[in-house]
Amino acid sequence: MKIANKSVTAEKLVRDALDKAKHFADYNIFTFLNEENAIKKAREIDAKIARGEKVGRLAGVPYALKDNFLSPEGETTASAHILEGFTSPITATSVAKLEAEGAIMIGRTNMDAFAHGSSTENSYFGPTLNAHDRERVAGGSSGGSAVAVALDIVEFATGTDTGGSIRQPASFNGVYGIKPTYGCISRYGVVAMASSTDCIGFFAKTPDDMNLLMEVASGQDPKDMTTLPDYYGEKHSDMDLKSARIGIIKDFDNDSVDKEIRDALKTKCELLKSKGHEIVELEMPALKYALAAYYIIVPAEVASNLSRYDGVRYGFRSANSDDLDSLYFNTRSEGFMPENKRRIMIGNFVLSSGFYDAYFLKAAKARTLIVKEYEKAFLECDYILTPVSPNPAFKLGEKVNDPVAMYLEDVMSVSLNLAGVPGLAIPAGKTKAGLPIGLQIVGPRRSDHNLIEFSKELI
Amino acid sequence: MEIKREDILHLADLSEIRLSDTEVESLGGDLRDIIKYISQLDKLDTSDVEPTYQVFEMENIWRDDTVLEQDATREQLLALTKNEKDNQIKVPKVL
Repeated sequence: MKIANKSVTAEKLVRDALDKAKHFADYNIFTFLNEENAIKKAREIDAKIARGEKVGRLAGVPYALKDNFLSPEGETTASAHILEGFTSPITATSVAKLEAEGAIMIGRTNMDAFAHGSSTENSYFGPTLNAHDRERVAGGSSGGSAVAVALDIVEFATGTDTGGSIRQPASFNGVYGIKPTYGCISRYGVVAMASSTDCIGFFAKTPDDMNLLMEVASGQDPKDMTTLPDYYGEKHSDMDLKSARIGIIKDFDNDSVDKEIRDALKTKCELLKSKGHEIVELEMPALKYALAAYYIIVPAEVASNLSRYDGVRYGFRSANSDDLDSLYFNTRSEGFMPENKRRIMIGNFVLSSGFYDAYFLKAAKARTLIVKEYEKAFLECDYILTPVSPNPAFKLGEKVNDPVAMYLEDVMSVSLNLAGVPGLAIPAGKTKAGLPIGLQIVGPRRSDHNLIEFSKELI
Repeated sequence: MEIKREDILHLADLSEIRLSDTEVESLGGDLRDIIKYISQLDKLDTSDVEPTYQVFEMENIWRDDTVLEQDATREQLLALTKNEKDNQIKVPKVL
């Protein structure tokens, strides 16, 4: 990363990033630009450097913040109407860590409201356009962050990945995107979607940048009881980066996956073989149930997490309600997007008496099978290489009225979240039409650092 | 499984969401499609399988029973609401 040094000032980097953000305004990437504060912070860093003081590892590096990270800079709305007007008094742990190293947030990025979606079309602020084709979606839910990095506006951007929300937009825009091991990075101060699968991660341009960001942001946090004890950067002696066994999932090689994506996977396998790695075919039959299990477990947690939005304490409050009950109903009916409503209602359906055993409990058992399938797979191989999504970026509007078609976008990404294992989306060429193709490398829990190192073998 | 109009209205009620007639139609149709999709889990054999609710290797973590410093003050939190009076949040009548 272009760390601020004598050859370029932080102020210049930040001003350039802000100029580029404005230049690409019609892509609808940002929900807020942090002009005044960003320039002020850049000047402070330049002054420190001029005085010869020590600066952080990300000093002067401009970045974009997904709109579901809490910080006092700009309104945190998760691109949802119901959070309109909410300026957070607290700062997310991950944001505090980035800022402590001198990174400078230049803007908040657009997303599917509450991260519900795979295209950024479910945003209250309208869709973000794909960096490579303006008629196509950015992917989602972290669409704005992916495009901000792909268009070279910022050096990196934050994202959240509950079922593919970092990896799929990364692959749609041709950048790196990581979904770390569950519990690697603190979720404190990030708008909750589904607490048992939510992960904080990044978009970046190179594996080395990604490694640096993970080093900075990872670690146990007393404010998030689900963070793991610090492990990032520890070498795993049982993993050899130079002669690895790479698993390929047989079931994913079928006609429902775009041929150009399957070909890109084959090309990368040949490359790995030529470098002395071994390709292993895996049978993971429970994975075909991962999407159904995901769209039971996650809506259940969504229904619970979103019950707090009632218009009373913060955000949008519906006018003209006669009593408290109608205040709740009016605020939620006017404040949520249709996809938010679908997920809340599905969640209440799978949790309601009479359906709990057949849906929620069944899905929780399916989750066990998926976890075990990954454990077994990692006895047979070191990493798994799969497509991120069945197709490259699709046209705006193509799937927005067909929720099941939109959910199928996540068919190859959600199982990682259910199992808590890390995945790194990497650029893997382009289609004939010029759209980026992404693949994901998957590893066992806590293998994040090795995954990133190993991704260099695929360049 | 058949999802009737009254089932959709009941789910909306549980969710504290009021649906317009158009929404009952459109969201109702969507919910039927989604429930049909997730019902394929029927085909997966899960006999003798224990459920998994979290993938964090959870152990109970003890801490001292002390009041920790909070990140936001009472004043900052009250400032977030639209209607504040005498350090309380005002809402319409309850009954």
